[in-house]
Amino acid sequence: MSKLAVNIPGLSLKNPIMPASGCFSFGQEFSELYDLSRLGAIMIKAATHQPRLGNPTPRVAETASGMLNAIGLQNPGVDHIIEHELKFLEKFDVPIIANVAGTAIEDYTEVAEKISQAPNVHALELNISCPNVKEGGIQFGTNVESAVRLTESVKRVSKVPVYVKLSPNVTNIVEIAQGVGEIADGLTMINTLVGMRLDKNGKPLIANKTGGLSGPAIKPVALNMIYQVRQAMPDIPIIGMGGISTVDDVLDYISVGCDAVAVGTANFTDPYVCPTLIDALDARVATMGLSHIHDIKGRAYQ
Amino acid sequence: MKHLMRILSVEEIADNIFEMVLSGEITKEMKVSGQFVHIRVSPYTENVLRRPISIANVDADKETLTIIFRAEGDGTTKMSKMQVGDDLDVLTPLGNGYPLEDFNHVLLVGGGIGVPPLHELSKQLNARGVKTTHVLGFNSKKDVFYEDEFNALGDTYITTADGTYGKEGFVTDQIELLETEFDQFYACGPKVMLKVLNDSMDIDGYISLEERMGCGIGVCYACVVPKPDGSYAKICSDGPVFKKGEILL
Repeated sequence: MSKLAVNIPGLSLKNPIMPASGCFSFGQEFSELYDLSRLGAIMIKAATHQPRLGNPTPRVAETASGMLNAIGLQNPGVDHIIEHELKFLEKFDVPIIANVAGTAIEDYTEVAEKISQAPNVHALELNISCPNVKEGGIQFGTNVESAVRLTESVKRVSKVPVYVKLSPNVTNIVEIAQGVGEIADGLTMINTLVGMRLDKNGKPLIANKTGGLSGPAIKPVALNMIYQVRQAMPDIPIIGMGGISTVDDVLDYISVGCDAVAVGTANFTDPYVCPTLIDALDARVATMGLSHIHDIKGRAYQ
Repeated sequence: MKHLMRILSVEEIADNIFEMVLSGEITKEMKVSGQFVHIRVSPYTENVLRRPISIANVDADKETLTIIFRAEGDGTTKMSKMQVGDDLDVLTPLGNGYPLEDFNHVLLVGGGIGVPPLHELSKQLNARGVKTTHVLGFNSKKDVFYEDEFNALGDTYITTADGTYGKEGFVTDQIELLETEFDQFYACGPKVMLKVLNDSMDIDGYISLEERMGCGIGVCYACVVPKPDGSYAKICSDGPVFKKGEILL
């Protein structure tokens, strides 16, 4: 499968396919369905300093070719994740990308310092774009200065490369990407778009009122944002995500300049989607006569 | 866990309530009542979430299972229009079902679209020699289904909120009139009904919850319910059946 192997800072990926954070929990449930060592990497669910209970229900709602979620970063806290969830994942030959979240800079640095020392964590994904928590999250990701300051602080304490997950809920994503791109080792994009669905009585269906829109509906938005960022920053590693469910989607993301891709919502539609995509991509690269998947990287703007 | 199941029949058995019979070998392994199937309603991208539906009947010999659902939103409406002979992409069996114990006489309480899983449960209890009494609540006469099927298994009482069929009122109004000493109760229905049962029944019991689900396998944290210790249980993978008192309603 060397035609699919990808190397980016901290990460030696067997293939460019990985589950996106928040859609895979910590891998335990999926390990009963297939061998997690097949995956390029795993982006685990966001870790915060203290355990978080998350938001009231309903937390999810389907929308046309997509879904809204407002889970609210429910997780058992970084210490528990290191002792149990990451420990469990050690038996698989797969690099872990740990998603780090918080409400203040100190929360982020505390989590980043601890979790980046776990032996199987090969990179961090800095979550400055969660739209579903009252404090922190997206507020760091919509302002260039605060995004840069947070990235600097985390970069200082992290033992592994730091990727920053960008929010699409901004006026100018290239500006933010260029700001954090000066410091970060790579970018992951995009997080969910803030959205709303109403119930039959005309009230917001999700208890949090708004939720993050994901799924095939957001793919055109993500493609365009990556297309813009990649041309402004030709060298920065980018892991792309947003509505990927087929091998053609994967090719589109590589075509706009991604190094690798993450699959989110599609894991709910079909829990076997990641291994299915890996096999399909392997076959497609052969059919297309490519010597490596990156032969088509960036072809959208070349 | 993922199976293609063939649709053998789709029939409207009450107002907007559909019974669908599916066939597949996986039914041989479906021995626990109260579990659910998670159905992909479209092979295309328009519906990204599956629909969790409880199982009303399993016939391992014929390799069939029966589900009953209300055509309410986009997904279940699509399901109601599916054709006999189509194959459905189904994740099953999912969740933890009703534990069976060797009691003498138990009470089964269902509300609306929560009634279906109690049918398979009642069948299994009766097969073990446990006597069952059923109290089934609906909004109105046009919503009532499976009365005959439950009657064949034990005494069955129907209530309707508007009094158009059976006893007028809620399931609890009927339960108060019963003089039998029950060893245990099993319930499935709307949260408000379950809460009243949870608070008013002085015997132990099991309740089954429904909630908007994402993955159905415990990874997305969408369908949670609070526990007395302040933490959350996941309805899809820790439930959907919980022991009375195990969760806060």
